Amino acid sequence: MPALDRHLLHRFGLLLVILAVGLGLSFVTDTFLSVANLTNVARQVSINGILAVGVTFVLLTAGVDLSLGSVVALSGVACATFAHPGDHTVFIPIAVGVLTGLACGLVNGVLVTRGGVAPFIVTLGMMTIARGLALIFSGGRPVANMSSELTSLAGDFLGVPIPVLCFASVAMAAWFFLRNFRLGRHIYAVGGNENAARAAGVPVERVKLFAYGLCGLLTGLAGVVLAARITTGQPNAGQAYELDAIAAVVIGGTSLAGGVGTITGTLLGVLLIGEINNGLDLMGVSSYFQAVIKGVIIVGAVWLDRRQSRS
Amino acid sequence: MGENGAGKSTLMKVLAGLYRPDGGHVEWRGVQADFASPHDALVAGIAMIHQELMPIPDLTVAENITLGAEPCGRFWQINRPAQRQRALELLKELEANIEPDRLMRTLTVAQTQVVEIAKALGRRADVILMDEPTAALSEQEVAALFRSIARLKARGVAIVYTTHKMDEVFKLADRISVLRDGRLVGTSPAPELNPAKLIQLMVGRELADIFPVRLPPTDEVLLEVSDLTREPAYRDISFRLHRGEVVALAGLMGAGRTEVVSAIYGLQPATSGEIRFKGHPLSLRGPQDALSAGIGMVTEDRKGLGLIPALGLGQNVTLTALREFCRGQMIDHKAEAVAIRSRVAEFTIKATSPSQPIAQLSGGNQQKALLARCLLGDPDLIILDEPTRGIDIGAKAEIYSAIQGLARSGKAVLLVSSELPEVLSLAHRIVVLRRGSVAATLDAATTDQETVLRHAMPL
Repeated sequence: MPALDRHLLHRFGLLLVILAVGLGLSFVTDTFLSVANLTNVARQVSINGILAVGVTFVLLTAGVDLSLGSVVALSGVACATFAHPGDHTVFIPIAVGVLTGLACGLVNGVLVTRGGVAPFIVTLGMMTIARGLALIFSGGRPVANMSSELTSLAGDFLGVPIPVLCFASVAMAAWFFLRNFRLGRHIYAVGGNENAARAAGVPVERVKLFAYGLCGLLTGLAGVVLAARITTGQPNAGQAYELDAIAAVVIGGTSLAGGVGTITGTLLGVLLIGEINNGLDLMGVSSYFQAVIKGVIIVGAVWLDRRQSRS
Repeated sequence: MGENGAGKSTLMKVLAGLYRPDGGHVEWRGVQADFASPHDALVAGIAMIHQELMPIPDLTVAENITLGAEPCGRFWQINRPAQRQRALELLKELEANIEPDRLMRTLTVAQTQVVEIAKALGRRADVILMDEPTAALSEQEVAALFRSIARLKARGVAIVYTTHKMDEVFKLADRISVLRDGRLVGTSPAPELNPAKLIQLMVGRELADIFPVRLPPTDEVLLEVSDLTREPAYRDISFRLHRGEVVALAGLMGAGRTEVVSAIYGLQPATSGEIRFKGHPLSLRGPQDALSAGIGMVTEDRKGLGLIPALGLGQNVTLTALREFCRGQMIDHKAEAVAIRSRVAEFTIKATSPSQPIAQLSGGNQQKALLARCLLGDPDLIILDEPTRGIDIGAKAEIYSAIQGLARSGKAVLLVSSELPEVLSLAHRIVVLRRGSVAATLDAATTDQETVLRHAMPL
C-alpha cells in the first residue's frame, strides 16, 4: 500500500480511538461532554501540544530531545524575571523566554552536528544543565510578582483560551511548513537516510540544526505559556514533560528511527493523551494508577500500530 | 533469469521464508512446507545469499560468517578459536584472502559479498539460493565462486542461481527458468537455449545490439584531474575528460576507482592533488559544492548512499534538484508533479504511483530513479559508479542509451564499471587503475578485454 494511504488509515484509526474513548467517558462520567470540560481539556493539552510539535521535527531527523521539561522551566524562570509589573512591555519577557528556549535548542543542535555527540547524550546533558540554570537564576525559589499583562496570556481571546490559540497556530504553521517548504522535505530526507541525503546535496548539518533550534524555540514558547498560567517562573516546573510530548508524537505514528511522521498524527496523539488524563481525573482514579494506565496505553497504542503496518 | 521486477527476488525470498506466499505451497523433501521465518528455512536446509548485502558492520568477519550458528562451549560461551577456524575454512573454500578478525565495515563491497557467500556456505544447506551473488565481484572472485559451486554440486547440494550475466548462466546452469512480469515463462535444459533465445524469452521481444553508437568527443576540456592522492587508496591520479566524452575507470575491486570518483564528487576528499573543472580549480567541502559546480553522481551503494527508503519515488527523484521546483523556499507541488511524471515516463520507471515508497521498487527501477535524480539538476559532468550493477538487460540498455545521449548533448560521463563489454562499448577512453595508480590509458576503439585485464591485474 502506498505511504499516503497507510498514513490516512493510521490517522483514521487513531481518530476512531479518540472518539471511542470520548464516547466511553461521556457515559462513565456526566461531566466529560460539557463545553467547560472540553475547553479545559484543550487548555490542558496546549503546552504538551506545543512541545510535541517541536519535538516532532527532531524525531523526524532521527534525533531526540530529552531536555524539553527542563528548558520549559528555564524559559519560564527567564520570562518571569523580566515580567515584574512596570519593568518592561509585555513583549520583552515573552521574547526572553522564547529566545532562552531557542538558545538551548541551538546548543543541542551544534553539539549534535558539529560535535558529533549522540542526540540522546547531548539532550540528557542539556536536561540537567537547564534545570540547574533555572535553579541558579531563581535562587531555587519561584519567581513571582508577574505583570497582569503577561499572566493574561493564560486567559481567553474571543472566548477561546490563548494557549489553545498558540497551540493551534503552531500546529498549523508546522503542518504547512513540513508539507510545502524545501527544508521540510529535507527533514524527511535526513531522517530517512542521512548519508544518502548528504550525497544528494542536502545540507544535513543545517537541517538538523534547524530542527533542534525550532524545537528549542517552541519549548521556550511553552515555558512562557506555562509561566503565565501558573503566574510564576517555577524552577521545578515541567518535570518529565518531554516524556508526554515524545509519547504523543510516537502514538501519532512518527518513527523514532526518523523519516516518517506527520503533524496531524502528532495532533491526534496529543489529543488522545490529554483525553485520557482528563478522563482518569474525572473518574477519580488515583494518580498512582493513572501513571500505570497511561504507560500501558502508550505501549499498547504503538504496539497495535506497528502490528498493523507490518501486515 | 528475468528482467528487473519480473519477481525473481520475491520468489526466492518466499522460498527462504522471508515472505509468505498468498497462495500455493512449497514442497520440501516431498512434504508440504510452510516456512514462517528465514530461521525455519535454514533449519530445514535452505540458505540464501541476498542481493542486497546485509553485513553487521561492527562485528568481525568471523562473527558475521558464523552469525546464528556460532560454535559454542559448555556454558553457551562462544568458542572463539573454533569460530575463527570455521571462518578461515569457508573463506579458503572461496579462495578469498580476508583476515577473519577484521571488522566488516573496513571491507570493500566485493569482500563483503564474499563474506556473505561464505556465510551461506557455512549453513551446510541442501539448497542454496543465490540472488545476484557476483554483482560486486571481480573476475577472479567470480571464478573462485564457480569452482566452489562445482564442489557443492558434486556433494549433492542444489543451487538456484539468479543473475543478469549471460555468460554465467551458460557456464553454470543445468536448467534455466525464465520469469517475466511475475509469471514463469518456461524452463528448459541449458543446452537447448542460447543467449539470443534467452533474451527473447526474458523481454518478450528481440533485442538488437544494446550498445548505441558513439560520436567523437569535442576538444573542450571539462575536467582535469592532476596528481590526485589519498593514501592508501590511490595516488598520483591524473586524467582529462572532454565535453561529449565518456571515460571509463576500469580496474579490479579495490583498485581505488570508487574512491577516486568519490573525491571528484566531494564525498571523500583527496589529501593532495588538483581537480580543475571548466578551467577553474575546485575545492570541495561536500557533494553540495560539486552539485553547484555542475557535477552529479549516481553512487555504487544504492541502499546506503542513494535511496531515502520511506520517501516516495517522486520525492526521491526531485531531492537533489528540488530548488528548481520552488518559489523562494516553498515547493511548487504542481511543477514538481509535472517533472516527476515526465521523468518517470522518460526513464520508464515501473511503480504503482509516484508516491509509492522507493524501497518497494525493484533494483533496476530504483537505479533508473537515482539516475533521473542525478540528471534532473542538469549537471555537465555525470559520474556513474557501477550504474548497471544487479539490473536486467532491458534496464541496462536504457541506461546505456541515456549515457550516449548525455555525451551527444555535450556533457561528459565518468563511468566506473566492472563489466568489460560495457566499458569497451560505451567509453571513448579507458583509464585502468591498478592498486591505486593509473596503469594505462587506453583508446576504447583499439583495445580489447584482454589488454584491459592485463593492465588491471597486479603483476
